[in-house]
Order: sequence, then C-alpha cells, then structure tokens
Amino acid sequence: MKPIKREVPMLGTASYKVQRRILIGTFLLAPLALLFVFTLLPVLNMFYYSLLEWKGLGDNTRFVGLGNYSRIFSNPEYFSVLTVSLYYLLGTFLQLALALFFATLISYGVRFREFFKGVMFFPFLMNGVAIGFIFLYFYRPDGTLDSFLRLIGAGDAVRYWLRNPGLINISLAATSVWRYMGFNFVIFLGAIQSIPGEIYDAAAIDGANKWQQFLYIIYPSIKRIVQLNLILAINGAISVFEIPYIMTGGNNGSRTFVIQTVETAFKYNKFGLASAMAVVLFFIVLLVTGMQNLFFKKEDQ
Amino acid sequence: MKKVLTAVVVFFVLGMGSLFAGGGDEAGRSSDGRVAGPITVLTNRTDLVDTLFADYARRFNQIYPDVQVNFEAMTDYSGIVKIRMNTKDYGDVLLIPDGVTPPQLGDFFEPLGPTAEMAKKYLMPTEQAYQGTTYGIPVSVNANGIVYNKRIFREAGITELPNTPEGFLEALEAIKANTDAIPYYTNYASGWALTQWEAHRSSVAGDPDFVNSLAHTDAPFAPGEPHYIVYKLMYDIVARGLAEADPTTTDWESSKARLGNGEIATMVLGSWAIPQIQALADDPSDVGYMPFPYNNNGIVSAASGGDYKLAVNIHSKNKPAALAWLYWFVEESGFAKETGGIPPVVGGEVPESLQAFADLGVNFVSNNPAPAGEEGWVDEIDREGEIGLWEPNFKARIIEAAFGARNETFDQIMADLNEDWKAARAVVTP
Repeated sequence: MKPIKREVPMLGTASYKVQRRILIGTFLLAPLALLFVFTLLPVLNMFYYSLLEWKGLGDNTRFVGLGNYSRIFSNPEYFSVLTVSLYYLLGTFLQLALALFFATLISYGVRFREFFKGVMFFPFLMNGVAIGFIFLYFYRPDGTLDSFLRLIGAGDAVRYWLRNPGLINISLAATSVWRYMGFNFVIFLGAIQSIPGEIYDAAAIDGANKWQQFLYIIYPSIKRIVQLNLILAINGAISVFEIPYIMTGGNNGSRTFVIQTVETAFKYNKFGLASAMAVVLFFIVLLVTGMQNLFFKKEDQ
Repeated sequence: MKKVLTAVVVFFVLGMGSLFAGGGDEAGRSSDGRVAGPITVLTNRTDLVDTLFADYARRFNQIYPDVQVNFEAMTDYSGIVKIRMNTKDYGDVLLIPDGVTPPQLGDFFEPLGPTAEMAKKYLMPTEQAYQGTTYGIPVSVNANGIVYNKRIFREAGITELPNTPEGFLEALEAIKANTDAIPYYTNYASGWALTQWEAHRSSVAGDPDFVNSLAHTDAPFAPGEPHYIVYKLMYDIVARGLAEADPTTTDWESSKARLGNGEIATMVLGSWAIPQIQALADDPSDVGYMPFPYNNNGIVSAASGGDYKLAVNIHSKNKPAALAWLYWFVEESGFAKETGGIPPVVGGEVPESLQAFADLGVNFVSNNPAPAGEEGWVDEIDREGEIGLWEPNFKARIIEAAFGARNETFDQIMADLNEDWKAARAVVTP
C-alpha cells in the first residue's frame, strides 16, 4: 500500500504563521457571519429606521431625518419612565450582595452544597413567562406571600403587593432579584473556586478569620468579576422588560423604557420613533458602561 | 481544500433545491383541473387548532381530496402576522391582522369581489374593503354585551335587566349586599379584556355612523359623548368597590369558570365568550347575556361587528385551493355557531345565546364603512395620538385612578385624551 500523501496544496507550503491565520480566519467565519447577520445588521438597520417614519407594513416609508429624535427629546414624558429603573438599580445591588454572600458561604463548604447550588441557580433556568405567572399567584390577595406572612404571625404586613402604586415596583424588582441572583451567584462561585486552597490555609495559620479571609483574599481576587457582574446588572436594570411586561403589562406605574418602546412600535405602529427610542437607550447604556469603566480605572490607580 | 469547497457548494445547491421543492404545484390545480396543492392556514385559535380545525380539514378533504391543509396557530396573532407580512410568506389563507389600513389591503390580499355583490351573500363585507372591493369575510359576527350569572341575579333579587348605567350600578350594589359573588370582574391584568368595552361606544350611540363621525370631532371624550358614558361606568364600578379587590392580579382563564359557577356575577365581553364560559359552568343555563345598560328613549342598542376577516394572501401559490378553503370555512364549517357567533352568511341562524337580545328587541348596530376619501382616518388619528382605542392603556389608567393609585380624576383623564385626540386630528385630517 502506498502511504497517503499528506501534503495539501497551498496550506502545506505556506509558513506556520500563514497557516495559523488561515485556520483562525476559517474558524471565525461562521461565528462572524452569525454575528453580522443577527446582531450587526439589525442594529445598523435600527439606526436607519430611526430616521424614517414607517408604520411597519409595506414600503410607505418617509425620511424624516432627526425628526424622531427631536420628538423624543422635546417630550420629557418619554424619559419619566426611567425613574422606574431606579427600583431595579437598587435591586441590583441587593442582588449582587446576596449572590456574593451565598457564593462565599458555599465556597467555605457546607452540607448539601451541590443541592444549594442547584436551588440557587434554578430560577435563572426557568422561562421568564413562567416566572411572571408564578409571582402573580405569589402576590395576589390571599396568595402565597399573604398565606406565608399569616403563617408566621405577620398578618399585619399583608398588603396589595401590586395594586399599591408605592409597592408595585418594589415587588417587581424583588422578582427580578430572585430570578437573576443565581446567575451572578454561579459566576462568583466559579471565580472564588479558582483561588488556590493553600492561600486560605496560609491565612488560617496566620490567624485570619473568615471575614478577614473574604476581605483580603476573596474580594481582591474576584474584583474583576464583581465589576463585570455590576456592569451586566446595571445594564439589565436600565433595559428591564420581561418581568414587568408579563406581570403587569407596564400598568399601574410599572412601565419601563423598553416596554414603552415596544408599545410605540407594536401598539401604535410607529416603528421609526420606536427605533429612535431604542437608539437612545443604546447610548444611555453605552454612557453608563463608560462611566463605570472610568470609575473602576480611577480606583485601580 | 477543493473537496471542502465542493462539499460546501453541493450543500448550498441541495439546500436551495429543497427550498424550491416546497413551492409545489404552481397552477394550484392538478392535471385534471381539480383544486389541488398544499395550503397553509394561519389562525389565532391555538386552543382549537389540533381539535376542531383538524376535524374541519378532514371534512374539507371529503370535497377537495387533493388539497393538503396545514395550520399555524399563534397566540399574539396580529403582532406576529403583521411582521411576517413584510415578506411574501404569510400563509395562503389568513385572518387580516389589526392595523392594516384600507388602502393597503390590495397590496397584501386577493380581492374577493365587488362589495355590493358580496353583500348579497355575506355579512359585513364592508369591514375589510376599499373602493368597492372586498378583501375579507368575517369568520363570525359577534354581538357585544355583558355576560352575567342568572342565578346570582336571582339571588340578589334583580328581576329586570337594567338598561341605564345607574341601574346597572344599583344591580351590582344589590349583588354585593345579598350574595358572596364579586359583582364585576375587570380582568385588568389580561389587558385585552379591557378593550372589550370599546365596542360599546356604538351601543351607546346607537348610530352606525358614529365611529366615522369621530374623525370630525375634537372632543370625543367630552361629558355626554358615548366614550365618556361607557368609561364612566367602568370607573364608577371600580371606584364604588364593586369590582374584585385587587385588579392587578386577575386571571382570565379561571375567571371563566368562576363566572360560570357564580363566584363572579358580570363581565363585559363579546358574544364569542359565551360558549367558553358555558363549557365551564356548573349549569350552562345560568350563563346569561345582556346588552350594555344604556337606552336612547327606551331603545337598547348592541354593537355588533365581524370578528377577524378571513382573506387570501396575494402571493399565494395555490389560490384556487386557498379560496376553496376560505369559502368552505365561512359557509360550511359551522365555526361561527361553534364559537357562539352569528354565521357570516346572509340569513344565518342567530345562536341561542343571543336569543335574549332578540327577545328584548335589541337594535343591533354595525358600523358603516367610512365615506370615500376618509378611509382609515379614525385609526390614523388614534395611532398618531397614541390614544389606543383598542389598546388597554387608557382603560387601565381609568381603573388605576378609580382604585386610588393615581393622582388624577376621571374627568382629567378624559380631558387629557381629548387634548391628544385634537392634536392628532390636526395632523391627520386636512
């Protein structure tokens, strides 16, 4: 039998460096094509639509330039809903604190740790619509929450959790915390577990207690991850949509910027204006992320 | 490398080939001239698609054995289909989604015939028509009114159905005082249930041209106007504590059974809801249907109108088969009767559930088409001003004001809506 000729024309004769580039390029082709088709192209289209007046159906578009933007910025009503995001923003800090607390606790080794890990991460795996319905039952009068409060003798604390305009956003933000905490938790846990065990041992020999271990070993090692989670969580708080949309449809003062954008597009068929609102949101998120980066950079120096 | 390239090319060619293979019989007729080919039917009835609709397909195939009928059901029907209509692929037979303006009809749907001609055979051929051509036939014609539980009304001592808003409120007060039932259930959380109130502007006006007249007024929400009367009743029900304790956590699915068994006394819904509620009731004869409580000098009117209109995609590759399904569905299927509506053909039988309306001598009001040149004006003002006549937004706002979650009165909301309407009308109408 003749040995199989292993030489591939072109590739074989090229230098290692060129081969490497070709390979990397070829492998990147698929994800880049997907990224282009499903992310970049729609975003570029969105910028284009934001300059049009379009009812979402047919070709009857009209170019209005920055008309949609001037409409948004001359109407403070469009931005008033951003205050709703503050509830979720506060919720975010609670969410990160809880995630970090549980991740640290579990990393110290507790009984049934795998079980607790599963319990904590489970809400994130669930469908957002299902969560919306679960919490509607949870918050309704004589629902799960009220029954629980009565069971523990706190019947006086029973309220209309969603009907009360002062409580509705807190209730919804709490649902959001419940849902996304597990995601932050898993990322924190992964980061904490990458810290070598010897460091703890050394610290223990030096007489460091758990709190000192957290402050001087764990926190500095996972600082980058905390920053990442914070950026993700704050951006999530600005563009919150799913939970309030499913549970209350944005009614009773729970309307967020994204709900308002979706309504503008799909209820009032103003696709140009809605695209402009989406672009504005895009820049708000960009701005906040930039500010956070700047803040952390300063801190590092 | 070459092999890989060849493989890629072969893959694409095969892929494209299979795409075209789906196109099927271009002519829509088999060689012997019979109606044939696959058609896709879009529907909003996710609850019936595997049962009733599968049965329809079987019955349809007894007449047209060479047509393969496929269904696609979606929950957010209008929202999804409207987006798909930017391509050519939106089924062969579909329900015309909300938000298509009359001048656009011809771009998307196959003309069915001159409206005057269609009117001889079908009800409401004007609702999806433009310049004398009809593009869609309603799957069923609905009346609008209030579903109520007869047993609870008896227990509360209500002997005669109220025909004024004040009389209706008194009846609800009696139910609250004498029974354990929730007098009125808003279904606020569902959103869409609140839009069921909008049809009653015509019940109050009692005038088939009322909706068209909205394009000529700057204050449709002023006191005394039909909209004001309809929504004032909504506001009063909630403000007087005659609705459920917490509207924000209502549940549509369970509300049907609760009305059927008397935990809930009344809900404003179209006649399409009657069979669904009866199916879940302890005793179906407890489920009654009354007109909106308002009368013009003793004459009670009920708004009626076509449900979704069935139409054929203008890009359909199997138009004969699609048209065959459309006409079979509106004439033969029995869908309207099954869903508690009036069949869309002239001379169809009024369903039993609406018999009470006939007994009361209720005047059915269906909206006239807009005068030539004014087609789509009312919808356009509504859209431009972001009023949302058929959206839940301002209804939810009224209910929130009524249970005290807002610092505005009913009259302030109405004034605000008038202001938006006036500004939008200035933009839209010449």
